[in-house]
Amino acid sequence: MRVKFHQSLDELKEKLLMMAGMAEQAIQRSIEAYRTRDLSICELVLRSEPAINRLEREIDQMALDLLAMEQPMAIDLRFILSVIRINADLERVGDQAVNVAVRVRAMGAFANIDLPVDIPKLAELASAMVRKALQAFIEGDAEMAQSVFLMDDQVDKMNDAAYYALSSLIKEQPELTPQSLNALIIARNLERVGDHATNIAEDVIFWVRGADVRHAGAVHP
Amino acid sequence: MGVGILVENLNAWYGSTHTLQDINLHIPANHATALIGPSGCGKSTFVRCLNRMHETNPIARATGVVKMGDVDVYRDASPVEIRRRVGMVFQRPNPFPTMSIYDNVISGLKLNGFRNRRVLDETVERSLRQAALWEEVKDDLKKKSGASLSGGQQQRMCIARALAVDPEVLLMDEPASALDPVSTSKIEDLIFQLKTQYTIVIVTHNMQQAARVAENTGFFLNGKLVEFDSTHKIFTNPRDKRTEDYITGRFG
Repeated sequence: MRVKFHQSLDELKEKLLMMAGMAEQAIQRSIEAYRTRDLSICELVLRSEPAINRLEREIDQMALDLLAMEQPMAIDLRFILSVIRINADLERVGDQAVNVAVRVRAMGAFANIDLPVDIPKLAELASAMVRKALQAFIEGDAEMAQSVFLMDDQVDKMNDAAYYALSSLIKEQPELTPQSLNALIIARNLERVGDHATNIAEDVIFWVRGADVRHAGAVHP
Repeated sequence: MGVGILVENLNAWYGSTHTLQDINLHIPANHATALIGPSGCGKSTFVRCLNRMHETNPIARATGVVKMGDVDVYRDASPVEIRRRVGMVFQRPNPFPTMSIYDNVISGLKLNGFRNRRVLDETVERSLRQAALWEEVKDDLKKKSGASLSGGQQQRMCIARALAVDPEVLLMDEPASALDPVSTSKIEDLIFQLKTQYTIVIVTHNMQQAARVAENTGFFLNGKLVEFDSTHKIFTNPRDKRTEDYITGRFG
């Protein structure tokens, strides 16, 4: 039994979950900032980014050390590769939270108006995708990971709807262009969070089943 | 050129202990095939059945079919003939200590009755070149004894000795386990080159080594062949849970 090695794998998993918690919190906070237009929450999101970046480097280093020192095989090798990729996706989720916070801050210069887009709902769905993908990671459940793909379709549809609604609004009421553009970018940021959750789910499936399901049947217009 | 090895319903015993049970597999020609598994799993016994060394032990016996190319190893040929077609390299280099490097390399040929000096000279050079040892020993062939070489050189000399009889198959039972990393790399490079001309079967406890040198890998456990597949499949996503537990160190 390679006790020390398997303890190290558990530590790596714990560290990644810590990273996941920070990235999730950043997204939650950025949406809270959108809902309340509270700039202090925006600051909180911006200040949390260096810690996420630091943890990303730590996890990568730990994974690199395990690859170099332990020469993992099969499911352990797939696990470490998945961790490296999930780590990068979580860091990008953190970046998207920062992007949202920056847009919310920019919107503060304009009147707070009702826009024809339900950003909190989109955010809730994108966050739920991240949570489900991470739950699948915690439980090593490939089926649960697969259910994330269906949620991504919904997020994409909401993002498309936001695009059409906001571009129509810009045409009809050009004076609302700044707010609409900011909301459009936020919707796009949240759609990207959904994409990262999809990537995480794909990595869970790769880890558990050894099957690479990336880009399977992907059709881009 | 190497030949493929077909094994059907191979069973082996030491006394009443059933050490190999119903082994069926096809080892492709001109490829390296690695056999892995915990100590006592039967992989060395399996290799010794391929060249009829198993039966040199008086309490050992084997049943089943082993075919090397068209030759049925247990029916069509004598053990001596089989061992000429199947070279073997062991865990520890085993030079004949009183013989020169030259005599070590041609010992198998002499045993088979070759005496022509020109043929012997050519064979020594060819075999030592194939074993990547020629440049290091060419000036001392008859001056130095085989035992005076370093461990890594001795092992390459033993490989040259195995190659000198122009075999079709090369069996290697943990050929690098007693060597330092530099000598190990040389042996692995050698396997990589030799497999274009010979069929190589390598028993190893070093799974990275199996992953590096072999196209196919078989996992033995308790006398059974649990899984045989491409090395890529075995080390990234094996089908059998027991294989996975073994290669990830969760075994036992």
